Amino acid sequence: MPPDSPPAALAAPELPKSAPPSLIALFVAFAKMSLAGFGGVLVWARRGIVDQHRWMTPDEFNETYALCHFLPGPNVVNLSVVFGSRFRGIAGGIAAFAGLLGPPTLIVTILAALYAHFGEIDALRRILAGVSCAAVGLLISAVFRMMMPLIKRRDLVGLVVLAAVFTAIGLARLPLPAVLLVAIPLSIAITFVTRRRAAA
Amino acid sequence: MNSEGNPIWTLAWTFGLMSLFAVGGANAAIPEMHRVAVDVQHWMTDKQFADVFAISQMSPGPNVLIVTLIGYSVAGLAGALVATLAMCVPTAVLAYFVSRLLTRSSHSRWPAIIQAALVPLSIGLMGASGLILALTSDRTWAAALVTAVAAVLAFATRLNPLWLLLAGGCLGFAGVI
Repeated sequence: MPPDSPPAALAAPELPKSAPPSLIALFVAFAKMSLAGFGGVLVWARRGIVDQHRWMTPDEFNETYALCHFLPGPNVVNLSVVFGSRFRGIAGGIAAFAGLLGPPTLIVTILAALYAHFGEIDALRRILAGVSCAAVGLLISAVFRMMMPLIKRRDLVGLVVLAAVFTAIGLARLPLPAVLLVAIPLSIAITFVTRRRAAA
Repeated sequence: MNSEGNPIWTLAWTFGLMSLFAVGGANAAIPEMHRVAVDVQHWMTDKQFADVFAISQMSPGPNVLIVTLIGYSVAGLAGALVATLAMCVPTAVLAYFVSRLLTRSSHSRWPAIIQAALVPLSIGLMGASGLILALTSDRTWAAALVTAVAAVLAFATRLNPLWLLLAGGCLGFAGVI
């Protein structure tokens, strides 16, 4: 949105939003998104919340997601709690959380039991080996997709921080808490200073 | 497995702590999970870790459910439940309070600065995940090639990732990898 446009509340260009969801509706909606979400639930969360149910405008969704992305922990789990509690308080947060995690946890637990029993069968071992090779490829492609904005912006500082964290965790195999306790304050300080310099 | 102390407690505090340090989501915490599960606690082998990652990517739901699989292999059903809740609840509670705080003071510029500072960090962590998983999964040249091709296809096309996983599984079954 250009900075000189009127506030969204006055312009209201989006379709009208529907009524706030009930607890059961929250549970069911998040369970559906979660079960549809092979390899990441976010796309389905956006589709369900914004397009299908119209519980949020696209901008509201982006803001909520941005908040959940900068908090630690699984982003979609954070999103479910923040989203649910915004409409129905703590109970709403719990309903969305339970919907998101309950059904898939059940499925994964069954898969875990099957793996514990049949994991040594040769054919299954070969299939899993093949799947994990492809899955690693998917993860690597996601990393490059996320790096593209930094490269396009020629964000040298960001790329140096990225490389430093990659080296500390991936190559030196240092413990995560120790690395973050150094890297987070450092990165925030650098970002703060460079922004002030850019503004001055 | 660690014989001293209840493994359920070890799971609870390990993943509870990790939950609060998992900047950039579950996939960014994979190096730490690997370090703890394989190197420190000896809960599983490299190969089992790669299998568990594969299963978690193939199943529906958030990627964080890899901890359910790790928990199950340590302590069965109770382990699966405890690991999942330990990884998800602390950060969910934090998210609840921070979101309430921020809706009151949304004009501060600190959230934007912190967010911008964390983006390269979380990409670096995910890159490390990719490296560690590639080292555990890609034991042969053919396997490394499958990973590389999957990465290029996923980067350059809008192909549904499930097809790539399926193709990987077929190649594995055929004994190529």
